[in-house]
Amino acid sequence: MLTSGVILLAGSLLSPEPGLIFWTAITFILVMLILKKIAWGPIITALQDREKGIQSSIDRAHQAKDESEAILRKNRELLSKADAESDRILREGKDYAEKLRADITEKAQSEAKKMIASAKDEIEQEKRRALDVLRNEVADLAVKGAEKIIKTALDADMQKKIVNSMIQDFSTKRN
Amino acid sequence: MKRINALQPKALLKVFAVLVPLLLNGYGVADVSAEKLPGVPRNEVTAAQAVETAHGAQAAPEEEKAGDVIMHHILNNRVYAFPPFGSVELPEIKVAGFDISITKHVVMLWVVSAILLVIFSIVGAKYKKMTPSQAPKGLVNAMEALVEFIRTDVAKANIGKEYEKYLTYLLTVFFFILLCNLLGLVPYGATATGNINVTLTLATFTFFLTQMAALKAHGIKGYLAHLTGGTHPALWIIMIPIEFIGLFTKPVALTIRLFANMTAGHIVILSLIFISFILKSYIVAVVMSVPFSIFIYLLELFVAFLQAFIFTMLSALFIGLASAHEGHDEHEAGVASH
Repeated sequence: MLTSGVILLAGSLLSPEPGLIFWTAITFILVMLILKKIAWGPIITALQDREKGIQSSIDRAHQAKDESEAILRKNRELLSKADAESDRILREGKDYAEKLRADITEKAQSEAKKMIASAKDEIEQEKRRALDVLRNEVADLAVKGAEKIIKTALDADMQKKIVNSMIQDFSTKRN
Repeated sequence: MKRINALQPKALLKVFAVLVPLLLNGYGVADVSAEKLPGVPRNEVTAAQAVETAHGAQAAPEEEKAGDVIMHHILNNRVYAFPPFGSVELPEIKVAGFDISITKHVVMLWVVSAILLVIFSIVGAKYKKMTPSQAPKGLVNAMEALVEFIRTDVAKANIGKEYEKYLTYLLTVFFFILLCNLLGLVPYGATATGNINVTLTLATFTFFLTQMAALKAHGIKGYLAHLTGGTHPALWIIMIPIEFIGLFTKPVALTIRLFANMTAGHIVILSLIFISFILKSYIVAVVMSVPFSIFIYLLELFVAFLQAFIFTMLSALFIGLASAHEGHDEHEAGVASH
């Protein structure tokens, strides 16, 4: 208690010292000017440069990100477009193939029908021709038979027998 | 680890073996009975008396003497003492009737300036060589952390757009005060910032910068209008003196805050140490004076940074307030609404 009292009462703690004020001012101002030149200037400039550098690299990174996103989007669009295109081409190809097949089938069917028809015609003709040939043959045979009958005795019974056998002969031959 | 643990008790024992006889003996080297019965108060009193009489003629009351020593340590004087090696008489200079003698605190200011110039010439040279992509390291990095802190968190945050103009002052004042504070904690050092004349000078710089910022921001008309507090002319007779006093309270607060903080810490440390001398006891020294003064010393280390920061912070704040455009009332309204 007494100690602090003595310190307070001494009063010299608050005593003005013009010399010290003078030297403080001079020293401080000189130090400030020198430090501004040798330290604060370069340090602050370097800090600002670094800040700018960091900011610009951040900006650049953002820009690059935007660009890559745009490219990605474009790629996706192109891909989807290509997909659609390939779908379309596939569909068209399928349609074309279908049509082609149908065409070919139709053509083949008509061809076949035509062929069948011509074959039928031919068969008909052949049949007719065969019948003609047969008719001529039958006529020849009849003439020959008659000749034979006439050549043998003109016996009625015999003739009857011959005619009968001939007829029988014809019918079996016919069948 | 185990080896160290095993060694420590032995070392501690040795220390105690040296200390205990000293503690028990006290001042009783001359008095044999004190050695036999160290705990008995009567013997200690006689021991103390023996020392007092041994000191002889200057039998002034001990407390007053301690106060004198403390004051001598705190105050400025023209002798730079390096006990026990002797002392240096500093030159006395008088120019046109003004006493501008070199004193202990002036020497400390110069030591601080020299250290600052050496450190920052090294740091500045490194920065001149550095490209923006390089990272600083070591001392340069440490200084950059402080500079960047003052730049962004103190100057930019409080002043705003035009902070770069005041950056030189704020940085210098921060490092100057910080180093002054720290050198007061070094043996043979003295706290220049514990002298009210030094803090007053520094606060005066802040005052002038504040007024210049206000004049620049508002013009002479706005500056004078601010002195009226924006009140009715009938109130001007009260408002103008109040605002005028208000101009000076800020630097005075800065002055006294720094001075008182630095002085008080030193007085507390010295008083704690002197308790053991006043009570003439090693026990008090070991149990109280040394641990407590170490604690206060560590606190002072923190206060050294804190006060340098506060001075710079408040300077920036005052400049920012003075140069704020019409922002005074709006800002307060904004704060109130929050």
